[in-house]
Amino acid sequence: MNNEMFTMLGKMFSYHFMVRAAVVGLLVSLCAALLGVSLVLKRYSMIGDGLSHVGFGALAVASALGAAPMAVSIPVVMAAAVLLLRLSSHTKVKGDAVIAMISAASLAVGVIVLSLSSGTTGDVNNYLFGSVLAMTGEDVWLSVILAAVVLVLFGVFYRKIFAVTFDETFARATGEKTEAYNLLLACLTALTIVLGMRVMGAMLISSLIIFPALTAMRVCRSFRSVTITAALISVVCFMLGLCGSYLLDTPTGATVVVANVLAFLLFWLIGRIRERA
Amino acid sequence: MSLITCEKATFAYEGVPVVKELDLQIEKGQYLCIVGENGSGKSTLVKGLLGLLKPVSGSVAFGDGLHQTEIGYLPQRSEIQPDFPASVWEVVSSGCHGLWMNARHQRMAEENLRLMSMDRLRNRSFARLSGGQQQRVLLARALCATKSLLLLDEPVAGLDPLVTREMYDVIRMLHEEKGLTIVMISHDIQAATQEADRILHLTSTGSFYGTPFEYRHSPLGVAFFGGCCCHE
Repeated sequence: MNNEMFTMLGKMFSYHFMVRAAVVGLLVSLCAALLGVSLVLKRYSMIGDGLSHVGFGALAVASALGAAPMAVSIPVVMAAAVLLLRLSSHTKVKGDAVIAMISAASLAVGVIVLSLSSGTTGDVNNYLFGSVLAMTGEDVWLSVILAAVVLVLFGVFYRKIFAVTFDETFARATGEKTEAYNLLLACLTALTIVLGMRVMGAMLISSLIIFPALTAMRVCRSFRSVTITAALISVVCFMLGLCGSYLLDTPTGATVVVANVLAFLLFWLIGRIRERA
Repeated sequence: MSLITCEKATFAYEGVPVVKELDLQIEKGQYLCIVGENGSGKSTLVKGLLGLLKPVSGSVAFGDGLHQTEIGYLPQRSEIQPDFPASVWEVVSSGCHGLWMNARHQRMAEENLRLMSMDRLRNRSFARLSGGQQQRVLLARALCATKSLLLLDEPVAGLDPLVTREMYDVIRMLHEEKGLTIVMISHDIQAATQEADRILHLTSTGSFYGTPFEYRHSPLGVAFFGGCCCHE
């Protein structure tokens, strides 16, 4: 059994595109989980979803113009992240309504641009649901740099991120630059989403942000333990999903989400048993 | 010199003036209680004192070595997510300034936890504590942020009478033994006149400021106490 498994894994990683997808996916999963803890606790979960739709629109436009996908989508999604944050906190329209508006508008632009250009159903599917074949060597380097940036910033500002997430009013009252931390969080989330949506797809990338944090919160009771557990769950679920998709010949993004759903159910069950014990 | 001086300060909420032309001096060592009915501007004034809201006219000035970011603030408990995953230690230490917890921060957080009698629960989940224990933890966090002034926004809201009494005793201890200046928002006018040495009563038409004795004999105090001065 073990031999079969190792043979299968060896064969799987003999393909360069699988190695690239694994590296990018693992690093993006790690970043998304770390950022996701704060986003979920700050009730900003849907920002990830909104930004992924903006990313879809930007990728579609880049594809139609024949431009480099990352060069277009990274600045567009980062600008959208800043805009979403500003509109959520400075206008009378509720944050979730703003996200829904921008999300639907971006999706509509993406679909129209793809239908008007030479985009095929296959292209749309790749953008919407991800593809392991889409990863390039450039994506791998970008994800390594992103992961390094997220890990360093998360480590340096960990106490401040906790303070702003737990009680933003107190943090502001004690002189913390809460808007700057929120902006940092939004920009790093935008970068993570743009990189992750190539492998996970625009429709599913937000699950990497939401699921690990929610799953960890079923059993962990401190911010530190939730953060560490969410990161571990995220990378394990990504690897299980990637291997599962290879074995079952299913779409990678969807299989990773199913692995996350199963992990959530398992942790929910453990949480219930612990509460009753 | 006063710790905080408001001169003809008007604070507005969503463009509507709520606290109008307020003159107020908070002196070092004072125990000021701000009372008033819902919508009278208590919370708006708190935000103004914390620097989270700029006055639309007039001014708020800090003196006697107090920096605006060094006010220990205890928010209303309802502002904290009840199920937030955080340990007692994480909450208390988040009150310390700086990116890293150095030895001085560590000592300060431990000392404040002990002062609030919560040191044995430092690894406990904040969400699993009782209301009174959560308030003690949030007070310990506020103490990490200040050495001089505590601003408490309805610290006994939602607590049972016994825990409310304990909370008032803790606040009095911080005032008398630690020499902290206290500014407390409360709905409990009776307790305010017993605990504080100055009362600020905000109404939609104006405000009263004076000692509890003066308050009881003012039209606002008489309206509340019905002319009874039994707590002098």
